[in-house]
Amino acid sequence: MIIADLSADELRRELDGAGLRIRVGPIVVAVRSSFSAVADGLALHYAAHAIGPPDFADFHVSVEPPLSPRRWFAPQALFRFDGGPPFTPLPAAQAFPLFEWGLNWCICAHCHQYVVVHAAVLARKGRAMILPAPPGSGKSTLCAALAARGWRLLSDELTLIDIETGVIVPIPRPISLKNASIATIARFWPEAPMGAIVPDTLKGSVAHLQPPAQSVRSSADMAVPAWIVVPRYRPAAAAELVPLGRSAAFMQLADNAFNYSTHGRRGFERLVDVVDRSQCFGFTYGGALEDAVLTFDRLADAV
Amino acid sequence: MSVPSYGILGRTLCDIDRVFTEPADWDELIRRAREADLLGTLAYRLAERGRIDDVPAAPRAHLVSARTLCDAQQAAVHREVAEIGRALAPLQTPIVLLKGAAYLLAVLPAANGRLFSDVDILVKKDALPAVESALMLAGYATTHHDPYDQRYYRRWMHELPPMQHVKRMTLLDVHHALVPETARLRPDSRTLFRHAIALERDGVSILAPSDMVLHSVTHAFNNEEMTHGLRDLVDIDALLRHFGADGGFWDRLIDRAGELQLTRPLYYAAQWTTRLLGTPVPADAQARIQASAPPAPTLVLMNAVLGPALRPTVSMPGTRWARRVLYVRGHWLKMPVGLLGVHLTIKAFRRKQRPTP
Repeated sequence: MIIADLSADELRRELDGAGLRIRVGPIVVAVRSSFSAVADGLALHYAAHAIGPPDFADFHVSVEPPLSPRRWFAPQALFRFDGGPPFTPLPAAQAFPLFEWGLNWCICAHCHQYVVVHAAVLARKGRAMILPAPPGSGKSTLCAALAARGWRLLSDELTLIDIETGVIVPIPRPISLKNASIATIARFWPEAPMGAIVPDTLKGSVAHLQPPAQSVRSSADMAVPAWIVVPRYRPAAAAELVPLGRSAAFMQLADNAFNYSTHGRRGFERLVDVVDRSQCFGFTYGGALEDAVLTFDRLADAV
Repeated sequence: MSVPSYGILGRTLCDIDRVFTEPADWDELIRRAREADLLGTLAYRLAERGRIDDVPAAPRAHLVSARTLCDAQQAAVHREVAEIGRALAPLQTPIVLLKGAAYLLAVLPAANGRLFSDVDILVKKDALPAVESALMLAGYATTHHDPYDQRYYRRWMHELPPMQHVKRMTLLDVHHALVPETARLRPDSRTLFRHAIALERDGVSILAPSDMVLHSVTHAFNNEEMTHGLRDLVDIDALLRHFGADGGFWDRLIDRAGELQLTRPLYYAAQWTTRLLGTPVPADAQARIQASAPPAPTLVLMNAVLGPALRPTVSMPGTRWARRVLYVRGHWLKMPVGLLGVHLTIKAFRRKQRPTP
């Protein structure tokens, strides 16, 4: 059974009760919330995700108004996990993005069975392309464009590399678009299943994009690392793919890994192995997403 | 013996094999252990019995993750202690490791699966300025920049404001006594150095067994912060089981508690480790410790508060409230009432520091 099989009432009942259990790739999250923005966000963005089993959830989280006098004049949303709030509350309008950020935090802080890299990752025929990059590099925009054109979305934000085997474990979740990239994607993909635009967050305006249903349905299929592409957005630059040295590619993975130091020597060896199995490139591009998609398709077809 | 309100985590800490007869409870067990900071301990105990692979895959992933984190933190503490030893070596002053770092470097069972948030050291009070300067030269900086906090630590507390290494981001607490300057009970910290045991590496020492237990006991039962009460109790249980194997230990411990004026926290510790974790305490030792029990009304009150405060999760009824009561009691033991009033008033108007998402 998937989330879309629940009626709006059933969904609300789960969110108000013991928690709605969503299977997201390798994990199950049980979420409670009284915010309608969270209910709507989950109904749209997690429509194709399976309902998790009743007996075990990896993370029990909630997004609820904190008990403070502010709820009468400037309502807030507080993310709770294991009874405690890991961050300060945010304005209530940001309740759904807060759930997304909170879940990211749970995974980064507690899933050390993976090397967790801040990178988008997509796949073609079981071969994964990792796009590690700091915020502002256009990683999510590129990821959304590729997902729109048939690349399988494994993750927009968190690349999970199994520390034992080196395979990439898919965790398809909504793609998070910020500021100018919201309009860019709306132009590139007019029928994009985009949620509400939430203005004035710490990251500016944020809108989420529903992950392709086919990607969600295939989330049990692991992928092997095949390409590491470090994107860099430069206004009006032509799409250009240039080979990247192995050491530079390694540093991109290590610098963007949340738990690189936690894995010590094994983490180093695992990332070296991922680089060894991949072709590595730097990719500069301006706004022309068509050219970008064409470049990546050619790369995938060349194999 | 276990107490029902401590749930499956309480039962599992007494008897690790219990988890395999209650398979539907992995969900509760993992959550509670994670909140109580005991997931590493759980993973270690299961691995020790060779039963990690008997755990269903979903909860097992969390145990594997906790072991990875625990191994990384233990390696980091080893490195940090070596750095601290190097930085302070020229001062020729004793450096005594406290709590987790001591258990780890002394290879005590209490270190097994333990997670770390900082390194604690004890130095002589007259060496404090030189120690602080040497640590600053080695890259440690103070963390509390607020003038009130600086004064609070430096005038009244038994430790410097926590220090953090500017590159490694590791936290270091430098103590010069077991309890604050302003506390009602003032055990003489100088004798701790006389009994300390030098380790063979890094130029550091650890407290003698009795002192180590009493420090842990004081930390758990005279402290204002009860968030990790159950974890502290698990530490004490592991220390008592280990040192208690030596015949004369309990008498030495109780004598020493008398010298350091710490018989009352020892009483609470013995009572609660036995009750919750089944710690074996010999009958004659139990009888001697019993003599330090508080008057009946105090005992009833303390038990009513300690019971819920030691629970693994704030989601159990009464726990949050009980911890708040002990927060005030901890401060009450720490400073005279006038100062306490001022301090709690200032704290009440402070914002809780938490990161933004």
